Amino acid sequence: MKYVAAVGLEVHVQLKTRSKMFCACPVEFGAEPNTHTCPVCLGLPGALPVMNHEALRMTVLTGLMLGCDIAPICKFDRKNYFYPDMPKNYQISQYDMPLCTNGSVSLHDLAYPKDAQKNIVTPDKEVHLVRIHLEEDVAKSFHFENSTGIDFNRAGTPLMEIVTQPEINSPEEAFAFLTSLKQILIYGGVSDAEMEKGQLRCDCNISVRPEKQAGLGVKIEIKNMNSISGVRRALAYEIQRQISALETGEKLEQETRGWDDAAGETFLMRTKEFAHDYRYFPDPDLVPVTTEVLLADVRSRVPELPKAKRARFVQQYQVSAYDAGVLANDLVLARYFEAAAKGAKKPKNVANWILNDLQNALSGAGKTISDCPIPPEALDELVNLIDSGKISGKQGKEVFAEMFATGKRAAAIVKEKGIKQLSDLSAIEALCDEVISANPKAAADFKAGNVAPLNFLKGQVMKLSKGKANPQLAGEILERKLKS
Amino acid sequence: MARDSDLDVAYVARLARLNLTKAETELFQKQLGDVLKYVEKLRELNVSGVEAAAHGVPIFNVFREDAPRDWFTAEEALSNAPRQTDGLFIVPKVVE
Repeated sequence: MKYVAAVGLEVHVQLKTRSKMFCACPVEFGAEPNTHTCPVCLGLPGALPVMNHEALRMTVLTGLMLGCDIAPICKFDRKNYFYPDMPKNYQISQYDMPLCTNGSVSLHDLAYPKDAQKNIVTPDKEVHLVRIHLEEDVAKSFHFENSTGIDFNRAGTPLMEIVTQPEINSPEEAFAFLTSLKQILIYGGVSDAEMEKGQLRCDCNISVRPEKQAGLGVKIEIKNMNSISGVRRALAYEIQRQISALETGEKLEQETRGWDDAAGETFLMRTKEFAHDYRYFPDPDLVPVTTEVLLADVRSRVPELPKAKRARFVQQYQVSAYDAGVLANDLVLARYFEAAAKGAKKPKNVANWILNDLQNALSGAGKTISDCPIPPEALDELVNLIDSGKISGKQGKEVFAEMFATGKRAAAIVKEKGIKQLSDLSAIEALCDEVISANPKAAADFKAGNVAPLNFLKGQVMKLSKGKANPQLAGEILERKLKS
Repeated sequence: MARDSDLDVAYVARLARLNLTKAETELFQKQLGDVLKYVEKLRELNVSGVEAAAHGVPIFNVFREDAPRDWFTAEEALSNAPRQTDGLFIVPKVVE
């Protein structure tokens, strides 16, 4: 029997505010434990929360970027449970009046894992969202042998929860969804969305059913995934586990599982009998929020999104759709490209240099585009030197390597090393004459209609000029001379 | 009228991690049931012309700007902790 999987994600995103959601303690990753706390985020009795204006704006901005409906009015509720990462015994969250509802994320081809980009089942698939609400993050727990340690620096960090419809049908689509979502969040400047820093975390709800069955199968949740590739692996394992179970006639029960990345398998955490009852009720400490002013504040902050940027790159700079996709995948890279392409005669060549030589050099040096030793205008200079024929492409690679290693500008290196391309017609003509007379057989072969010797002769001209001749000019002159 | 089934004291006590004796459960079931019945009086009021509200007072949008400030040092934060190690609050081992 053929089975289909339906996956819904609950994605938690830490907002990039300077202070926490309900108190003014700084938000800082990696600080010494418990150095950013106050009575509010420690849950001391009598402390009162006050909403962070910017966190609300960022959530509304996210809603606008994802095409959500923004509720005219929303409120905060208490989600009650007992756990040491939340000492006031409730988390402030939003229950029945979230900030945003609906909306979607579209899955771009290049957002899929590299090995899956050739087999995309539904190109440009839209994954619809249920809602986005705002809540406070909880403290971080460290599980020791016989005890648990708690650091409250993270407690109270503004946290968006983005909930999708169960419309994701494969581990690869989940990967593409998270990659696409992450890009948009970074574009909007609402989160750095670094999973290794816990700024983006994800719970997966997975069900499997026979293809012909209309309703969804039993929902099983995997908690706290902290890498996009981990989500892919966990889903691949879990979907197969559920299919195998159904095939052997086992009845699946609603349960919560964890993912052991080292072992490559999911494990049971709790079953439905311990299902939570959070007894949500409106938080009397916080008054409701109207979104009209928030909307007005952030409308102008909606950035050009990856999809629009890709289209514009193709249109404005004549780069291929694929190259535009790679450039727009990374906002820093896209900005670098635009800065370099601004003054370029042939922006497409700038894109080629960035995507080939620069990317290779960066990965070879263990650097990213953010700490690239070549400023964009310097790369533009180099590409223009090549495009205008002043130096050859081959010389360009030499100059590039030097630029990357020393941070010097192309013009300075060219001058210093005496690199220049011989584009003086009479000088190249003289070289060509010399080569033709030194190689009568090759010249005769070409005249007899054999094209191959032309490249050999061109090579001889290049050799004679010590690589400085403009190869294109040399080829043209040779051909003209031999044909006359 | 409020019904007994509107409130299950034993269940709420379990959610609140309260260990009640059978006698206590019965007593609170009756007492809290009476409270519910009393509050039921509100239903007699005609509210057909009143807009639903999420809060008791008609105040909206009480915000603070996103400006950080320091408050407790780690020592102060941990000063009431029964156990601490390396700047962390230490609690009995918990599992997720």
